[in-house]
Amino acid sequence: MKNREEIAERLAVCGYIADSELATAISLMQLLKRPLLLEGEAGVGKTEVAKALACVHATELIRLQCYEGLDQSSALYEWNYQRQLLSIQAHRSEDADAVEDRIFSEKYLLERPLLAAIRRDRPPVLLIDEIDRADDEFEAFLLELLSDFQVSIPELGTITAMTIPHVVLTSNGTRELSDALRRRCLYHYVDYPDIDREARIIMARIDGASASLSMQIAQMVQSIRKEELRKVPGVAETLDWAAALVGLDVRDLHDAPELVHETMTCLLKTQEDKVRLTREVSERLLGKVA
Amino acid sequence: MSSCGTDSPFEEFDEASRLVSRKLAAFLRTLRDNGFAVGLAEGRDAATLMGQGFAVRPSLWRSALKHLLSARKSDWEKFDGIFDAFWLGKRVRSRSQTSGVARAANNPSFKSLQDAAANQHGSQTITNQVPSDDVAPDGRGGEGRMEGASRADNLAEVDFRDMADPEQVAMAHEAAARLAKVMRTRLTRRDLARRRGYRLDLRRTIHRNISHGGVPISLVKRQRKDKPLRLVILLDASGSMSVYTSVFLRFIHGLLDEFREAEAFLFHTRLAYVSPAMKEKDAGRALDRLSLLAQGAGGGTRIGESLKTFNRWHAARVIHSRSCVMIVSDGYETGDAVLLGREMAALSKRCRRVVWLNPMAGWEGYSPEAKGIKAALPHVDLYAAANTLRSLSALEPYLARL
Repeated sequence: MKNREEIAERLAVCGYIADSELATAISLMQLLKRPLLLEGEAGVGKTEVAKALACVHATELIRLQCYEGLDQSSALYEWNYQRQLLSIQAHRSEDADAVEDRIFSEKYLLERPLLAAIRRDRPPVLLIDEIDRADDEFEAFLLELLSDFQVSIPELGTITAMTIPHVVLTSNGTRELSDALRRRCLYHYVDYPDIDREARIIMARIDGASASLSMQIAQMVQSIRKEELRKVPGVAETLDWAAALVGLDVRDLHDAPELVHETMTCLLKTQEDKVRLTREVSERLLGKVA
Repeated sequence: MSSCGTDSPFEEFDEASRLVSRKLAAFLRTLRDNGFAVGLAEGRDAATLMGQGFAVRPSLWRSALKHLLSARKSDWEKFDGIFDAFWLGKRVRSRSQTSGVARAANNPSFKSLQDAAANQHGSQTITNQVPSDDVAPDGRGGEGRMEGASRADNLAEVDFRDMADPEQVAMAHEAAARLAKVMRTRLTRRDLARRRGYRLDLRRTIHRNISHGGVPISLVKRQRKDKPLRLVILLDASGSMSVYTSVFLRFIHGLLDEFREAEAFLFHTRLAYVSPAMKEKDAGRALDRLSLLAQGAGGGTRIGESLKTFNRWHAARVIHSRSCVMIVSDGYETGDAVLLGREMAALSKRCRRVVWLNPMAGWEGYSPEAKGIKAALPHVDLYAAANTLRSLSALEPYLARL
């Protein structure tokens, strides 16, 4: 077993500041060979976990973005139709069996993320992003793949995994996932980071953000999250805002209340929220920041 | 779902570990009693983790088991409380059930094993997040108080509040459930018959035309998958609605089916998500489970606040482009009517249709004067009475048009 401190350290080297629970989850993933299901509000850094994991294992990240209507042919494999047609035309004289054998061979097979993930020499990180957007049918298919790690292609036969990928699934909760899939996975709920961790994230990600400024930004964002907003700013928004402030050469939030208010566009993504967070409100919030 | 499977892999452990493993099996059972979906595979993996030394420190053990055994956010939040109660003997102020074996928490032989844990115990500040709603179940099974004279004529026309004898009430329940079932299937079928658009399925087309030398003669078309209509029902279960609650619960139970997209919420002073309880196959049991939730605290109705909770936490998940939100309430808002108006506006922006069913609208001489209903009406697409079975069935053509 790799210990958790080591994993947390390596995540930090990759630019991901994890809490100790996540490090546990990752060590469990390796130990039990189970996929990890991440849930949480939009923008808390779920996708980043997978990227960091790829970095920790120094391996490739294969990403499958789910959407409504996603089917096997865009997730698993597809035949290269154009080439197949060309080949059929070019070998008209040959007998049908030979043509069929030719056009349904590896050469004409297009790998899609799921197939790619089980055919690598070195286990990659497979990120199945926003699984809740895919249909129930796809979820059921995925479940089968995740338990057997083999794929059967009718024309070619069964392809068994050469290596078992590290699988990370993320969900935003637009649809309730099936119990079967949930049971198959380790579960981790990603929450907004606390002030300390968010400040460390800012420092790690934004060049030129000093410790004191990062702390101030983190405090400010934390109090904005407590306001009644339609779209609560996530970590990505915080980073945008921090980058904007650093770019505008702000050293201390108290020095530039005007700029602070104006740059809040980085955090607020709806008209309603912008109206709600007036200059007075932003000054009141700024007053609370140490 | 027995725990015997979790006992078997521990043969090689020594005496102390055997005690712990038995304890682990009991813990898994406790989790199951608390609604966690924990199977044999999880038990085996938990045992593996124990073998790997995850159980040496309570905080590590808790974190590891939390990842392994919880499957959703509610589990995730409940877990720490249950874990602490079970393994560390902290008191849980909650309804979480502990099964017989779990009481071995106090058994001395394990206590000695737990000494190490107890030493660290003080440094932990995990708060117990298990909600404590110690509502004593009563025998009424969600039936409302019926008043008024008994009229045994055409059931379809009788106002639910005027149904007095239990037989009649039961018949009304049956009828409501039947009505819901019929509506469900008819709505779904209408849905399918109306589909047209298609696109070409290239993959299947080529496969089928191999025999024609690759010349696509017979085409395979693909139909766009249609989203079934989804009903989201918000039922007012406050005191003023108590006469109607039971019939509507029965109606909703009929609508919610495993193959039907419907979600149900109850609200009085707060909002409760009740779809899982409603999916109970047996109507009686479902209603029993719900009767606890359905009994309002008697503190009035906060429709605005309940809607706010709904918009904030549930709307993204349960509402999609073909959703119809059905609110069943008399509109007596004891909270802030302005807030109600605002939340209704937000809700109507989000979904396709908002239907407001008000049982009282069927009464003679009733006009929507309550401030709550006045604030809400501008954002409602259909405002209808629903105090008899006939008025319920009159909704169907409207829903079919969505």
